[in-house]
Amino acid sequence: MADVLAGLRESLGGRILATESRSPRQTYVSVSCSDIPDAARCLFERLGGRLATVTGLDERDGIELLYHFCFDAERIVLTVKTKVAKPDPRISSITPFLPGAEWIEREIHDLLGVRFDGHPRPERLILADDWPEGVYPLRKDGRP
Amino acid sequence: MSKTTLIPIGPFHPLQEEAEYFQLSVEGERVVDMDVRLSYNHRGIEKLSESMTFDQVPFLVERICGICSASHPLAYIQAVEDIAQVKVPERALYLRTLVNELERIHSHVLWVGLAGHFLGYNTVWMWAWKYREPILDLLEKTTGSRINYANAMIGGCRRDIANECWPLIQKAMDDLTGHMEMLTKAILDDPVLHARLKGVGVLKKEDAIRYCVTGPTARASGVPIDVRRDDPYAAYDRVEWKLITQETGDVFAKAVVRLLETFESIKIVKQCARDIPDGPIAVEVRDIPPGEAVGHVEAPRGETFHYVRSDGTNRPVRHKVRAPSYVNVPSFKASCIGATISDVAITIASVDPCYSCTERMAVIDKATRKRLYTGEELVRLSEEKTRRMRKEAGL
Repeated sequence: MADVLAGLRESLGGRILATESRSPRQTYVSVSCSDIPDAARCLFERLGGRLATVTGLDERDGIELLYHFCFDAERIVLTVKTKVAKPDPRISSITPFLPGAEWIEREIHDLLGVRFDGHPRPERLILADDWPEGVYPLRKDGRP
Repeated sequence: MSKTTLIPIGPFHPLQEEAEYFQLSVEGERVVDMDVRLSYNHRGIEKLSESMTFDQVPFLVERICGICSASHPLAYIQAVEDIAQVKVPERALYLRTLVNELERIHSHVLWVGLAGHFLGYNTVWMWAWKYREPILDLLEKTTGSRINYANAMIGGCRRDIANECWPLIQKAMDDLTGHMEMLTKAILDDPVLHARLKGVGVLKKEDAIRYCVTGPTARASGVPIDVRRDDPYAAYDRVEWKLITQETGDVFAKAVVRLLETFESIKIVKQCARDIPDGPIAVEVRDIPPGEAVGHVEAPRGETFHYVRSDGTNRPVRHKVRAPSYVNVPSFKASCIGATISDVAITIASVDPCYSCTERMAVIDKATRKRLYTGEELVRLSEEKTRRMRKEAGL
């Protein structure tokens, strides 16, 4: 755990806002949303993490995104947390350098309305083609 | 310019955990591009989960998939137990391991049968499914149900296995070992299957890493990951077993990984049946405090990943589910392009997503929208290729 965190600190410097470990195998790191591509690139390309998935959840004032990276050899799961502000939540896509994120970013766009800038295929994945624009089913208020 | 034809596969099949739609662009016989769409059968499980109490959710998530119906609840339960800091009794850990390994055995044997069918080896299909049946009987005897076992719960297990069952389990495993040895030899020693499956649908190691694939799909491409070893849960750190990997990444490698893993699972089940300690099978869990946790489990197809957040009420505020096929399916983009149509059925099947949709394949001419082949004809194409190769090999 210490190695991975140290590697991330080295890449991001003072841009890590908080770290929290509730159990020895799970750590949560908070960064601002503009630092997500750098953090993901460091975890995937430099430290060899595997993106398990991304969780999005509606926190009323913004959408919280949790990027779960598994480090199988180190036996840990490191989650990078960030929050994108409403009403127009947007963040840089990590798909260009991490193809494994393509589907989950499209899914989060469908369900929570987060725009991923630079996504190679920003098309619907979950919602039907005739689903109305701007209605995001996983938002707590059910409205944009 | 050569004519590009679009082949839609899918999308609807009620038997799948996720209905999928594959659109192949082909030039002649060769696949030049591929698109995958899913979620035609989206059931809103994550949203539903938020409306249920913590102890009701396992019954919901075990219905995500009829085959992985021990893995999904276990991943969720482990996340909740992590939030509540529950110490699960030893006997329950062994019971969980046992049911999860029986599930892996029946899932892998099911796959072997279907792969045999796709290749025109219907004897393999019939054999495999025949040997799978006693495993389902065993699951019924031990958990009360052939699928959707409702075995694990927060704090332990719901149902104990009577001590007189252990010899039965040992015997069933011994019988299965003999059958699987025969079946494995029949498959791995067959020169036609070597010719038919080697070098087909190759997923290179670097692509496996880029697409973040898991389970047998990753291990067949030389990526040695397995949650059972990398983040041991249940009783996996108390039993001896080997991680099976292959380097070539083709369909043959995936078959080898699944066949050999079945033997490792048999070993684990036998050790559980031998070493299981006596004692309580559950502790009472009253309140789930606020918090968040990740739970992941090695399902037969790969890592199933759950994230749960609690705000201190009796329901999760967020429950994210990521099934293994969700990361394995997009890797078709790397393994199918350049292949011929007759190889696509087995390449898609090699990831073990759910073959049902390939039965619904249809080849449609882009210009006229006229159907060229039906699903049965595509399976026939695949079978014919095997037959042709068998003839050429002089068998």
